[in-house]
Amino acid sequence: MSALLEIRDLSVSYGKVEAVRNVSLEIDEGQIVTIIGANGAGKTTMLAALMGLLPSQGRVSYQGRTLDDVDVEDRVAAGLCLVPERRELFADMSVEDNILLGGYTYRHNKALMRESFEIVYDRFPRLRERRRQVVGTLSGGERQMLAIGRALMARPRLLMLDEPSLGLAPLIVREIFRIIASLRDLGVSILLVEQNARAALETADVGYVLETGEFSLSGKASDLLHDPRVAETYLGGHT
Amino acid sequence: MDFQIAAFLAVDGIANGAIYVLIALGTVLIFSVTRVLFVPFGDIAAFSALTLAMIQLGRLPGTVLLLVLLASIALALELVSLARHRKWRAMPWAVLYYGILPTLPALAAWLLLGATLAVGWQMLLALALVLPIAPLLDRIAFRPLADASVLVLLIVSVAVHFAISGLALLFFGPEGFRTEPLTRAMFDIGGIPVGAQTVLMVAAAAAFSGLLYLYFETTISGKALRATASNRVGARIVGIRPGRTGTFAYLLASLLGGVSGLLIGPVTTLYYDSGFLIGLKAFVGAVMGGLTSYPLTALGAVVIGLLESYASFFSSQLKETLVFASLIPILIWRSVSSLQVEEEEEDIS
Amino acid sequence: MRSQRLLRAFPFLAAVLLALAPLVLSPFTVTLMNYIGIGAIVALGLVLLTGFGGLTSFGQAAFVGIGAYATAYVTTALGLPAIAGLVLSLAATGAVALFLGAITLRLGGHFLPLSTIAWGIAIYFLFANIPGLGAYDGVSGIPPIVLAGVSLQADGAIYYLIWALLAAGMWGIANLLDSREGRAIRSLRGGATMLASLGVDLFRVRLAIFLIAALLAGLAGWLYAHMLRFISPSPFEMRPSIEFLFMAMAGGATSIYGAVIGSALVILLKNTIQDILPHLSSNATQLEIVVFAVLLILLLQYARGGVISLVRRFLPVKLSLPMAAADGLPTRTMPQPGIALLRLDTIVRRFGGLVAVNRVSFEMKSGEIMGLIGPNGAGKSTLFNLVTGALKSNSGQITFLGRDISRAPQRAIAKLGMARTFQHVKLRPAMTLIDNTLIGAYPRTTSGFLRCLLRLDRAEDARATRSALDALTFVGLGDKAMELAGNLPLGNQRVLEIARALAADPILIVLDEPAAGLRKAEKLALAAQLRAIQARGVSILLVEHDMDFVMGLCDRIVVLEFGSMLMEGSPAEVRASARVQEAYLGGVA
Repeated sequence: MSALLEIRDLSVSYGKVEAVRNVSLEIDEGQIVTIIGANGAGKTTMLAALMGLLPSQGRVSYQGRTLDDVDVEDRVAAGLCLVPERRELFADMSVEDNILLGGYTYRHNKALMRESFEIVYDRFPRLRERRRQVVGTLSGGERQMLAIGRALMARPRLLMLDEPSLGLAPLIVREIFRIIASLRDLGVSILLVEQNARAALETADVGYVLETGEFSLSGKASDLLHDPRVAETYLGGHT
Repeated sequence: MDFQIAAFLAVDGIANGAIYVLIALGTVLIFSVTRVLFVPFGDIAAFSALTLAMIQLGRLPGTVLLLVLLASIALALELVSLARHRKWRAMPWAVLYYGILPTLPALAAWLLLGATLAVGWQMLLALALVLPIAPLLDRIAFRPLADASVLVLLIVSVAVHFAISGLALLFFGPEGFRTEPLTRAMFDIGGIPVGAQTVLMVAAAAAFSGLLYLYFETTISGKALRATASNRVGARIVGIRPGRTGTFAYLLASLLGGVSGLLIGPVTTLYYDSGFLIGLKAFVGAVMGGLTSYPLTALGAVVIGLLESYASFFSSQLKETLVFASLIPILIWRSVSSLQVEEEEEDIS
Repeated sequence: MRSQRLLRAFPFLAAVLLALAPLVLSPFTVTLMNYIGIGAIVALGLVLLTGFGGLTSFGQAAFVGIGAYATAYVTTALGLPAIAGLVLSLAATGAVALFLGAITLRLGGHFLPLSTIAWGIAIYFLFANIPGLGAYDGVSGIPPIVLAGVSLQADGAIYYLIWALLAAGMWGIANLLDSREGRAIRSLRGGATMLASLGVDLFRVRLAIFLIAALLAGLAGWLYAHMLRFISPSPFEMRPSIEFLFMAMAGGATSIYGAVIGSALVILLKNTIQDILPHLSSNATQLEIVVFAVLLILLLQYARGGVISLVRRFLPVKLSLPMAAADGLPTRTMPQPGIALLRLDTIVRRFGGLVAVNRVSFEMKSGEIMGLIGPNGAGKSTLFNLVTGALKSNSGQITFLGRDISRAPQRAIAKLGMARTFQHVKLRPAMTLIDNTLIGAYPRTTSGFLRCLLRLDRAEDARATRSALDALTFVGLGDKAMELAGNLPLGNQRVLEIARALAADPILIVLDEPAAGLRKAEKLALAAQLRAIQARGVSILLVEHDMDFVMGLCDRIVVLEFGSMLMEGSPAEVRASARVQEAYLGGVA
């Protein structure tokens, strides 16, 4: 069986600066894969390229098809969805409208819309409570839930999450990761990019460590969690 | 000035303001979705009035030729761009969208030339003829500059105005026209004579503003427009195509411009280049709303209408100067109230 | 180097050719040249405003009109000489420009150009409706300019005045662009935050270039009125304004020569069109503008650089370093090591419902390298922006060198001696390293616009150049001073930002994630460099994510988590703290 997403020698440049260099990675159906790394390591750039928001070199295939000429909107329709680091919500619109627009690619299928709404609201009862509220009035955690909820509404097969724990209190982070782990039940595969190494590795099956645009380590998430070199990347070399 | 005159001027001003409301709303709509300040808006209003006038006179409206010209250029550009990206399969669609659909109204106008139509049908035909103008201009002038700064887009926008209003001279000729009013009835409200046409103008402007509101609030395509204006990246990652949404915004804007032209046609003699001033006055109203708020924009447009009406009473020669000079206090107010805004950067983490 | 010499000789060669031109050319061509010269004077202002400053005006023709009407009025109605007219022309355009600029230049980019449309139309109707100014008929019988007893009535005579004034204008603008204020002008598009952090008053610079552009237009108006000796409102409406803009864009808005090339192109094209169009249509004058509008659109779509950018490819690049004096700028006395330099007292900053920074207090001593660390989203960047003045706190106090800076504008804080770098490097990619570094010295120098225009700033500029070169050499980029910043790899761009900060002769440098995206060797070099800066007595506060980097470099560390202070201590203390470990590897156990 071929992988759901297969990346071979992906490079992404900003002007003359090469932010990601020759990165290769595979995600199988139903897997949770995490990429951990410090600020500026190129994680966000890599996800933006996979989504088609930035041009890149190398080979990326999704469900066995190359993504070369596929634009962002068609990637979404094919179930490749992104929860970006900055959330990118529609700030002056209601929670419900934000979720609704998540289903934009199949907007004419009312029944499917209703079904997806239920899935999202079941996962995030908080969003159901706040559905009439404007996004600007939500807390940081609720915004993250909404960003994930909006992406779920698109009925993803591969969900890419960029730093979902960013700026959230520990309790909320725990909640968010619990939800991420539970998405597997919906048949969603996940590519999780995180700085919160422990939480990410505890949730994922496979982990990669990205340093200055290249993978320095990779392996089973549970192995990486106990790898002294991972602690080193995050807490200085002398622990 | 006694009360009667003041009231008469007020009625007149509100009627003018109603026209500006529609155009100002369209200006804000296009700006928020595409970052383009669409200067040729007023031209579209003038074209729709002239088109209706020519239909009523049994002549072939100049819009027919304008549409054919614009559609040919747009189609050629689109086909070349598709060929360059080797997207052969998209070509039939391009022919449909840029070649066939925009020229259908032109064909209809040509076939119906000389036929006697009810006023309602005449108006519908006039609207259909101006509807494709803004989307075609978008494809020709603005789409190739998607990455350009607001400044460059603005320069292009002003240039587009001069290009099409100059062409309009070829297609419409230099004479001025006035269309048949839908009604000549007069009411007497508290001693002030009010023309039914005036009431119609205000009612139509209110109705279209209301429809626009409902469209934004209740339909998914309206919400997609708002989403694109609110957050472009956010819109793309849920599968909304900003280009297509932009086309739709231009269509809507064309509609608003066209309707306002039909409303203003019977009360003012319009020439091929009358639209510029109308559009600019609407823009002054839009500036009051900071180019973001729809209700404030509508309010600003009405205020401009009133101002113009009173200004013309005091000095018909200097009325334009007075109206545009009113931009100054508005800008001072905006400038003072925006001082804090510029310091606030969106930076949470 | 032969081509270099050729380039330097070019202005003289051009001057000689232009001086001889009226002797050989037909009278018609001389008249055409006069129009080209006047157009170029207006376009020159737009090149400064649009090409370099990123602002634009659709009302330049209205400024020309004010200049023309002002002189027409005083010379006909009051019978004063043309020189008096010039004074009034410039005074009137200047006053109007200052007023309009004052109310629009603080607003976002599109308010200025749009209000220039509105005001351009307003002024046209004003001219056309004031009986004292001849209404639509205009003013006739304007006397010719008399200079030193010589009447410049003939086209061949005023020709010399027009082109001499144009040359003077180009000389002035070229001087300006190559000066302290010019570097600020060329940085206008780099963003408000960057400029403010360098001590530049964005509004003042914008207002100055808007004023200069208007004065040039006023000058052109004065020449125009006395050349034609008759004026009417129509040349001052919107259409000619578009033509002026087209001149600036067509020639190339990023070169002062572009103004002349563009003006020549437009005037000749116009002349040709006027020959051809009447054969095609009876509405020739109206169609002229269609041609220009379409050409302008095509130009902006396909060749935004204008003609000059096509030519420039074949011209030799200027390689020589700017003049540097033996001594740099005077330096400030550094505070005693160990005294309190920066104090934060219960700082709170909220974004809507989110508390990004919650009651943070710490003190930093002079001579220290202090690190500010914490997981992503801990509030480091917000705190950083509060310290540099880019954001204001909701409550609490920040003191720098004993002064309360909690409410001070960014610019004032920069002048006190705080320099910063950016996480996402903010440089001017199309400017050289030395120019980028020189902007850093902006608050240490004082030459204003007038001195810069007249090239009276050279002594100061040479000293600033020395200081900037020293800073570049200090960070190891001295040999690349004339390269473009955009051609540097990311690591060097960060280093260049540090050089720019050093050029400000700072007491405190605040670094935002300096190690982000750097490779291991680059990080080591950066750390060594920062220690060398510390050795010069400069204090350093850095926000950083890379623990290795921070641990090895800092004297003391403040750890943030969820907007609050987790702890403060030496690297060893921080490393030993279980709470920090927890915060970093993730609070979800």
